[in-house]
Amino acid sequence: MATVSSAGPATGVERDVVLTVEGLTIVLDPSGRNIDDEVSLFIRQGEVLGLVGESASGKTTAATSLLDYQRRGAKISGGEVTIDGRDVLAMGPDELRTIRGGVISYVPQDSSASLNPALRIGTQLMEILEAHSFGGSQADREARLKEMMAEVLLPSDRDFLRRYPHQLSGGQQQRVAIAMAFANRPKVIVLDEPTTALDVTTQAHVLDTIRDLTKRYGVAALYVTHDLAVVANLADRIAVMYAGRIVEIGTKEELFEAGQHPYTRKLLSSIPDITGERALVGIPGWAPRPGQRPPGCAFAPRCTWAIEKCSEEYPPVEGPTDLHRVRCWRWKEVGAQTAETDVVLRDKSLDACDTPEKTVISVRDLVAFYQHKETLHDITTTLCERRCLSLVGESGSGKTTLARCIAGLHPHKIEGDIEFMGKPLARDARDRPRSTRQAIQYIFQSPYSSLNPRKTIRQILAAPLKVFFDLSRDEMEARMEKALEQVALDASLLNRYPDQLSGGERQRVAIARGLAAEPTVLVCDEVTSWLDVSVQAAIIDLLADLQREMGLSMLFVTHNLALVRSISQEVAVMNEGRIVEHGVVDAVLEDPQADYTKKLLSDTPTV
Amino acid sequence: MSTEITVNDSELVEAPGAHSARRHSEWVMTIREAWRMGRTKVGIAIFAAIVALAVVGPWVAPYSPTEFVGRPFSPPSSTAVLGTDYIGRDVLTRVLYGGRTVITLALAATVIGLGLGVTLGLITGYARRWVDETIMRILDVVLAFPQIVLALLFVSIVGPKLWLIVLMVGIGHAPRIARVARAATLEVAQRDFVRAAEAFGISRLKIIFSEILPSTTSPLLVEFGLRLTYSIGLIAALSFLGFGMQPPAADWGLMINENRIGITVQPWPVFMPVLLIGILTIGTNLIADGMGRALIGIERDTGGG
Repeated sequence: MATVSSAGPATGVERDVVLTVEGLTIVLDPSGRNIDDEVSLFIRQGEVLGLVGESASGKTTAATSLLDYQRRGAKISGGEVTIDGRDVLAMGPDELRTIRGGVISYVPQDSSASLNPALRIGTQLMEILEAHSFGGSQADREARLKEMMAEVLLPSDRDFLRRYPHQLSGGQQQRVAIAMAFANRPKVIVLDEPTTALDVTTQAHVLDTIRDLTKRYGVAALYVTHDLAVVANLADRIAVMYAGRIVEIGTKEELFEAGQHPYTRKLLSSIPDITGERALVGIPGWAPRPGQRPPGCAFAPRCTWAIEKCSEEYPPVEGPTDLHRVRCWRWKEVGAQTAETDVVLRDKSLDACDTPEKTVISVRDLVAFYQHKETLHDITTTLCERRCLSLVGESGSGKTTLARCIAGLHPHKIEGDIEFMGKPLARDARDRPRSTRQAIQYIFQSPYSSLNPRKTIRQILAAPLKVFFDLSRDEMEARMEKALEQVALDASLLNRYPDQLSGGERQRVAIARGLAAEPTVLVCDEVTSWLDVSVQAAIIDLLADLQREMGLSMLFVTHNLALVRSISQEVAVMNEGRIVEHGVVDAVLEDPQADYTKKLLSDTPTV
Repeated sequence: MSTEITVNDSELVEAPGAHSARRHSEWVMTIREAWRMGRTKVGIAIFAAIVALAVVGPWVAPYSPTEFVGRPFSPPSSTAVLGTDYIGRDVLTRVLYGGRTVITLALAATVIGLGLGVTLGLITGYARRWVDETIMRILDVVLAFPQIVLALLFVSIVGPKLWLIVLMVGIGHAPRIARVARAATLEVAQRDFVRAAEAFGISRLKIIFSEILPSTTSPLLVEFGLRLTYSIGLIAALSFLGFGMQPPAADWGLMINENRIGITVQPWPVFMPVLLIGILTIGTNLIADGMGRALIGIERDTGGG
């Protein structure tokens, strides 16, 4: 490379580098397919490196390999991991046991699953100190335990330490997991999406804690995530992974302001923008899984910059500086474009709704119970024709319950009125007339659960057609093909099973199934929360288009306030079973009235 | 919105390579996948060998099963390869004749048990509430009787009829199978595709048999193998106790009972039936296990890891 490093002489860098990974390659055993390839990175003391990638990019596999741990079926086939000059991959089982949880520690994604439900948290925290003989005496360890709890902002009184994991909230559990990770003052800490399962407000607090602790104790942290917005607020440097390789690594500013890899650029523009200035632009296609990766650059099939060379040969490590590295044949051209040119401005004319308001669904004084507990209180709202209303709230806010009440899927008692086209709706979908069941279609959160794995796409799409229409075989086939076409899928998928499709394709099939019923109202329950951001953007765009073209009324349930602008005209913010704010999207997001909305807005991470 | 992403063309063009559209029914695919596993091949080989022995046996047997060929409990010789039993009949001949009944009865009993148990399990698991409670408590009562006692109770009243044995062994299996089917149903019934079917207004019976049942087949198939194993043992045990086949019929269970007094002198008439019953159960278990694994799709090629 021509450019001379601006980060000072190599020795200066070496001095405080704690962790280095060189050419780490992990394969599936026995097939030998690559999960990770030539992963190289380093982290300095007190630095947070964000490892960003979509599903199946190999980020978690790479991260756990730093502790020399591989999930079943994976095997490290080459490379080096050194912590403070010691080669981790060369260590025997005994030595590994002493460094794990000591020198290097790990915070898993789901702490509720990683804490032992049968042990009190005090016992579990003490265990990790004892396992590494922290301090000289029991008194030392007890003092450290108190200190740890203070560090993660949890009470350290006896009552609290005697609780079991299920008696803590999700955020508290994750704090306990973080306390365990920091317990023995490690040099390196690996955080594997520790906030994915948390609400935004809790996430904001946990991120603060992590930031504070890594800086205070000079820990080198690797933060694995799929969410660029999260690392934007936390990491010093960012490594972007795609299909098992690091495609770009550099400081946060370098990547966000002058990304040299097309994938980095595209990933940034597929993040929903809470300010609503930028349009949501997805990346066509999906990330290939191990074994399906094309030759050459794996991103080439989805890349608008791709040239012939890209699909033949994998680009070498290059980059504008020694520390800002990129793997793309055309990085200079990509980098020469200013980041602003990527930005597609959102077409705000779509926000306006000039059709006369005609109420399709109205909910009045709705009270819903879960068994005997009241979970929704006095909900009153309306959904107008050809409009999209977003229901926003954190988990437990009752947004899904409300959506299910409307769709006739709430299995418990409800009081109050739900009207569809002026007629009251029965609680249970079965008790509703066929025309109503047909008119209101519900799209479920997880496309992995909403499609019967034992049925082909043809059988899945046939279900609504058989119930709602009396069609001949050919007509059915034509309708199914049309439904797939509407969601931009090919009719050749009809013979496939859901497990042969990607997550994004599955969600499209689920939407197609809803559309096949020819509904007037579409209820979408967190339909993108299981999808990668780049795929999410494409699904949101699809739904927005469908809603406009088919004149659907849509209820869009989400926890992500940033998505609201891209799809809806109205928004209702929910908290603890009540609608706390209701209005036109721009008004609510720009001038929130309720304290809760303000808090939600300030806690939502942005790029 | 922007035109850039209206169609995900590359999703179509770049369809995962490993996916050739499956035109065969899932059963065929499952059996094929099961066949690819070593355990299934071994299981099928064992099962086929024993069944072949039981079916073909009578034609290749050197003697009639009731013919006296020597002195009681005489050791293996050139006239009787495995020696003679307690009244001097040829052991080899009786072993070759004795498998048919136990295999047929065991299969019939298992099918009855499975049909009954699965139906009850699906209904209770999907219906919940009072239907679930009522049926499950009744099954608990049945479950309170050890299977063999339950069978003996009725057989001793009505008499050793073969249909009764099959029925009672089947009924004895039903509560256990129902519990497995119910557990599987509870798990499947809360998945969203069942809710989707409910939202469409598809009838309950159709949801049970067309949406839920196919997803519960894997534990049930394993259960079938396991119950077949138990049926073989149970029916052999009933014969052993004198409630199954009646002398002078040749039957493995009966043979063990008749000849156990002479086990120290002439072990073959006891050892051979025990060995064959043992091998048969291992075979059925291996098949069940292989099918179970194939159905869950552990080794199905989704192109992923």
